[in-house]
Amino acid sequence: MHDKQAWPLYEVFVRARGGLDHKHVGSLHAVDARMALEHARDLYTRRQEGVSIWVVASKDITASDPSESESLFEPARDKIYRHPTFYDIPDEVKTL
Amino acid sequence: MSTALATDSSSDLFRYVLRLGDLSLILGQRLGELVGHGPALEEDLGLANIALDLVGQARLLLTYAGEIEGAGRDEDTLAFLRDHRDYFNAVLVEQPNGDFAHTIVRQVLIDAFQQELYSRTLGSNDERLAAIAAKAEKETRYHLRYSSGWLVRLGDGTEESHQRAQAALNLLWPYTVELFSADALDIQMAEAGIAPALADVQQAWSLRMNDILAEATLTHPPERPFHWYGKRGEHSEHLGYILAEMQSMSRTYPGARW
Repeated sequence: MHDKQAWPLYEVFVRARGGLDHKHVGSLHAVDARMALEHARDLYTRRQEGVSIWVVASKDITASDPSESESLFEPARDKIYRHPTFYDIPDEVKTL
Repeated sequence: MSTALATDSSSDLFRYVLRLGDLSLILGQRLGELVGHGPALEEDLGLANIALDLVGQARLLLTYAGEIEGAGRDEDTLAFLRDHRDYFNAVLVEQPNGDFAHTIVRQVLIDAFQQELYSRTLGSNDERLAAIAAKAEKETRYHLRYSSGWLVRLGDGTEESHQRAQAALNLLWPYTVELFSADALDIQMAEAGIAPALADVQQAWSLRMNDILAEATLTHPPERPFHWYGKRGEHSEHLGYILAEMQSMSRTYPGARW
């Protein structure tokens, strides 16, 4: 309690309504997962933003290294054929 | 309003609804004092949320009380223009915030009481009260989850947090006697099917508290015959200060609006 820095960080994901994905909305400090869930409810769903919450200890997330983004992401840049934009969509198809 | 009531019984219902409303209002005001002073930003918001729920319950109850009374007093008039003798909350909710353990212990004791009370008011013969209880019961379930979680963390935490939680528990426990000592009004409301019998509420509350205290590794304080009568308007010295702060704006600028 005296050293608030000692409270671990949690990432918060909120599902806005049924059928949608949980989206990352922010982070918070809490001493355990139960408290993280309560804090997430109090901080991130005050205005009816959600119907479901996930919390994940930030330390459990493995993130890509920004210094590697050239090798990770740039190779995709010249492969525009991966986008399905070359198809003619028949008029009969309404739901795409 | 669900039932036509004779004058006498409507003034009894008025007083009973005020008891419930004042309990939420004064506890909400107490928690409101902590806004900006919570031990962490997250706790600050958590406590403020509970305070807002409680004030919301008080608004519904005081509005209803004003309608029962039929003298033209609305929620604001009842909240801001009564003197302390006309407040009927249990004395427990007036007790100071103290350290965080005091705030949490007070909260657990009241949350568990309101939980058992409201969950047994859902089937009240008074439809309006049953509807208010249905809303309040959902809120209170979360309040208890929050406060009991903290009590377990404090009690089963460090040596210091355990000792502080036990001290707060020993100090505040005697004030719970008042919650369950049924007077003529409580008995009358129970017989009319408007409110649950306090003996039933107490039994469920005691079982629940035993579980929470066991999980928190805290010792059940000894029972003491110790009576306050906040329910009758006889309060501790703290209520005057609470009302002075809560009512000053409204009394200084009567009828002021945002």
